Formats: sequence, structure tokens, C-alpha cells
Amino acid sequence: MTRRRPPAPARLSPSDVLRVGAAGLRARPTRVFLSALGIAIGIATMIAVIGISSSSRAELLRQIDRLGTNLLTVTPGQTVFGQQAKLPPEAVDMVKRIRPVRTASAVGVIDTTVRRTDRIPEAVTSGLTVQAASAELLTTLEGRVAKGTWLNAATERQPAVVLGSEAATRLGITRMGVRVWLGNRWFTVIGILTPMSLAPEIERSALVGFPVAERLLGFDGHPTTLYERSTEESVESVRAVLPRTVNPENPNEVNVSRPSDALAARAAAAGAFTNLLLGLGAVALLVGGVGVANTMVISVLERRREIGLRRSLGATRGQVRIQFLVESLLLSALGGVAGAVLGALATAGYALSRDWPPVVPPWAIGGAVAATLVVGSIAGIYPAIRAARLSPTVALSTV
Amino acid sequence: MSPPYVVELSEVTKVYGGQVPALRGVNLTIGTGELLAIVGPSGSGKSTLLNLVGTLDRPTAGTVRIDGFDVAELSDRELSALRGRTLGFIFQQFHLAPGVSALDNVADGLLYTGVPIKVRRERAAAALERVGLGHRLGHKPNQMSGGEQQRVAVARAVAGDPPLILADEPTGNLDSAAGAEVLGVLRDLHAAGNTIAIITHDMEIAEWCPRRVRVRDGLIVEDEGDGAGRPAEITKGART
Repeated sequence: MTRRRPPAPARLSPSDVLRVGAAGLRARPTRVFLSALGIAIGIATMIAVIGISSSSRAELLRQIDRLGTNLLTVTPGQTVFGQQAKLPPEAVDMVKRIRPVRTASAVGVIDTTVRRTDRIPEAVTSGLTVQAASAELLTTLEGRVAKGTWLNAATERQPAVVLGSEAATRLGITRMGVRVWLGNRWFTVIGILTPMSLAPEIERSALVGFPVAERLLGFDGHPTTLYERSTEESVESVRAVLPRTVNPENPNEVNVSRPSDALAARAAAAGAFTNLLLGLGAVALLVGGVGVANTMVISVLERRREIGLRRSLGATRGQVRIQFLVESLLLSALGGVAGAVLGALATAGYALSRDWPPVVPPWAIGGAVAATLVVGSIAGIYPAIRAARLSPTVALSTV
Repeated sequence: MSPPYVVELSEVTKVYGGQVPALRGVNLTIGTGELLAIVGPSGSGKSTLLNLVGTLDRPTAGTVRIDGFDVAELSDRELSALRGRTLGFIFQQFHLAPGVSALDNVADGLLYTGVPIKVRRERAAAALERVGLGHRLGHKPNQMSGGEQQRVAVARAVAGDPPLILADEPTGNLDSAAGAEVLGVLRDLHAAGNTIAIITHDMEIAEWCPRRVRVRDGLIVEDEGDGAGRPAEITKGART
């Protein structure tokens, strides 16, 4: 007899592979839901952790954007003998002569306390400081008064005080015109400021004018913090000349800092603590993967007859293997997609409740999909191999 | 250039795990267009014979040729392809997928032949027409009687027009009337030129077939009748 070519198995088209894999899932919806849920929880945790920390970072960057990065503060350092140095009283005027500087102002800490009334003991300061402030301070810090007015040429000579937002809260003052006990006198509250993220120390201060501070509170006229804003491009060059301008004799006794750097550092650090939570999500994903593997093993045991039938219909071992592998992949992909959606929703909900811009980075979604595919294939390999190894006669004789 | 015999077994022996041989040197040929019964009590070796003819298993010794191919010379993949193209199986328990329509159950039988799904469905519809179920394409197994379910399984076996149909106790799970219904379908398929081998322990079915191969203790003890002949009339139908 003439030798004919041995028959070659036909290839399954990708759509047929998907159909066969999905058919196994459709037949057992409850089990599919529960095992996909495990994967979904893991992925949702990871997406939400990444999403929330990204949103928080986006919020900080947005804040930096809004506040600007061109504000520099100057504070006195220490002398070579380790004593507290002082800024010269004329420092503000010197700084204003640097060409790119648009605005500069100063505050000086006064060694006294502010209290609600004279009946409150002097030791109870509520953590508030009293500072003399130059009239331009509000311009430099781009702050606003929430209520009342800011100090002007007249009120900075009078016993009038403007409270930072935190100081007003701690003193319990909401109305203008009430008096507070400052130093050893009554000062009238004429204004309350809005919060200032770039100068939180101002939020906790009671601010009076330089003249009245020197006349009534024994202030020596030396500023303790100097604020300066220049054009964005010249921040670094201004920063370089500031110490010598402020204190030409001892430039080393001057500290210059950029408050927005602190926010930028917080933004950079926002992702650091999430590693632990990400690890928790990974553990959940792993447990979900074990659930998928378990489901698949049981599925193979239950479907021996189906496997036998498919073999009798001409399925090769490879085709049986790919069927179960695809089923496992679909199962975990289902969980992955559901988890990504859940995680994104959780991120959006949390971010919106805190008034942050909701951000879910695309790489996190991509990573989640990749992770589920990896989990799905690892979970499916062993059951698929078992299914493929099953001898057709054994599979068919199972009742 | 078709081989003279669909099935050619020569001196086939099968031993499971070094115990008593299930088959002890069997010679059997099945020609195209035959309708035969392989009959014997349980333990006679007829199931082993089915597995070997169905290429689900390989012999310990001797040669098995299906459609001219020596099973021993084929790899597992080639054997799978041979099975998909050459053989149509009918099982006692129907083996239909629950929750899947009759049409798709039959169409899925052609999955491994490499035909696109549209063509599979067309052929499935035609096969269901041949077994008299053209009006029940959309019905699911649980909406059909046992006889109808087995006819769906028959349609699945014949949908690809295989040179050989192997029926393993096809009426074993059916009552007499449903059994007669299925045998009627097999008779019509035989009349249309299909080659059908029925493995059974039921003497009535065996008597009904034009050719009978009796198996006992791993040997063929009797081979009588002309497989190409017409089957007898179904009088009482088949009983299990």
C-alpha cells in the first residue's frame, strides 16, 4: 500500500481558543466570581495604594505650582562662637536693592506672649508667638486677610494686632474689634489672615507693626525672618548673593532656605510609605492566585469526561493544555479588570473626598494587567499539564 | 486512493499492567460501508478493542491500522488528528455539554478539524437534519429526551463525515423506544453509506446488525454475516 502522509492536527484559531476557554467559565459562574474576587481584591488594593499616593503627590505639586517656588527665607544662623546671630535691622532694605528681587519683608519675634485676657496665666501661650511684621509682608507671602484689614502706616504705630489663621483659632477669636492681652497691654484685633502653607510660622503668630513693637513691647528692631520673592529664573542667583547682602560682615551667620523645597521633598517622599501597603496588595494577589490554581485543579478533576471527549474529537494534548491555560488566564484577567476598576474608583472616591486631583498612573494599570496575566498563567500551568496528561481512555471511563 | 479497509487489526495483544491479557491476538478487518456489532459480555475485551480501534490506546503487540495508518508509527499529535478526521464516537452517556444548544454541541465536535465556526455551524445543522433533529437546533440537552440527546451525539459523530463511526453501547442509557429511535438513525446512516461499528453486550442489537463479531476472553470467537448487508427490522427495540 502506498505510504500516505500522516495526518497533521489543525490549529485552533485564536478566537476558538478564547471561546473554548470562556465556555468552561460560563458553565460555573459562582465559582468564577469567587475565585476572580480574590484576584480583584489584590489588584484593587495595589491600584488604590498607588493611586492614592499619586493623587497626594499631584496635590502637593499642585500646591507648589500655586504657591510658586520663588520665595526664599533668610534666618539668622549662629556665630562662630555658637551664639545666636542677629540680622541687621536694615537687612530688608539691602535685600530690596538686589535687582531681581520683587518684594522683601521681615518679621521679628518679640519676647512676649499673647493671651485672650489678662486673667490667663503668662505660661499659657498656646504655642503662639508675637512677631513684629513689616507692612509688605502680606505682599511677599501672597497672603490674604480672611477678615478685617492688614496693618497700614497708621495701625502699625497703634496697639493693633493681626492674627494668623491658627492663632485666631487657638485664641477663639472670630470677630474684629475684640481685645487680646499682648505683652502687658490690651491690643485690638483688626484682622485675621488666611492659612499660608509656605509660611506656617505666620499662621501661628500675632502680628503687630514694627514701630509699636519697638515703642511698647521692647522690641530691638532686629528681624528674625526675612521673606523675599524674585523672578523664577533668578532664584538661584539671588540665593547666592543673599547672605552677603543681608550681613556683609558675617555672611556665614545667615541661613537661606526655600520653603517650597520642603513641599517638593514631601512630594518625593509621598511614595515611600506605600511600599508596605503594596506588599500587602501583592500578598492578596498571591492568595488570589492560589485560589485560581485551586479552582482550576478542581475543574480539571471534575471535567475528566469533557477532556476525554475532546481527545476523542481530535484534540491534541497541546490543545487541551492551552484550553485550561486560557481558562485560567481569563479567570484572573477577569479579576484583574474588576480589581483595576475597583481600585480606580476607590482612588477617585478618596481623592475627591479630600479635594485632591484623582490620579491613577497608566503604568499602574498596565502593571496590574501584567501581574494578573503572570498570576493566571502560573496558576494555570499545573492544572493544564494535568489535564493534558490525562489518558483519553481513563478520562472517558470516568463516570 | 483509499485503503481497502478502514480498520485492520492483526495479531493484536493488549496487556494492562502485566496482568491477564485483555486481548490475546485479535485479527479483525472492517471494510467501508459495513455495519457490525462487536458483542460480548463485560470483561470479554470488547472495551479494550474499542479503545484500540478508536486509537485512544495503543496495542502491546501486533498492528492496528486505521484508515491505512499504522497507529504505532504515529505520534500522539498525529494520532489526535487521525482521530478527529477518521473517527466519530458515540458514547453510552452522550457526553453533551450542559447549557449548550444542540447546534453548538454538534458544532464543537468539529472544533479540532480546523474549520471556521460559520462552516462548523452549517455542517452541524446539516448533521442534526440527518438525525431528524432539524427542528431542535436551539434546544439544550436538559430540554430534550434521552433519545434526542443521543441523536445529538450521533449528529456530532457524523458531522465531519468520518470514515468510521464507533458507537459504544449507544442504547445503554435509553429505554426501548428511545433505543429503537437511535438504532433507526444508525440504520439510515448505514444506508447512506457510513461505516458503523457498535460495541455492545446486548444480543438483540447484535442480532439486528448484518455482521456480528463475538468477543470472549480476549479472543474473537465468531465473526459472521456480511457487514455490507441490510440490518434486520427492529421489532422490540433494544433493551439494556
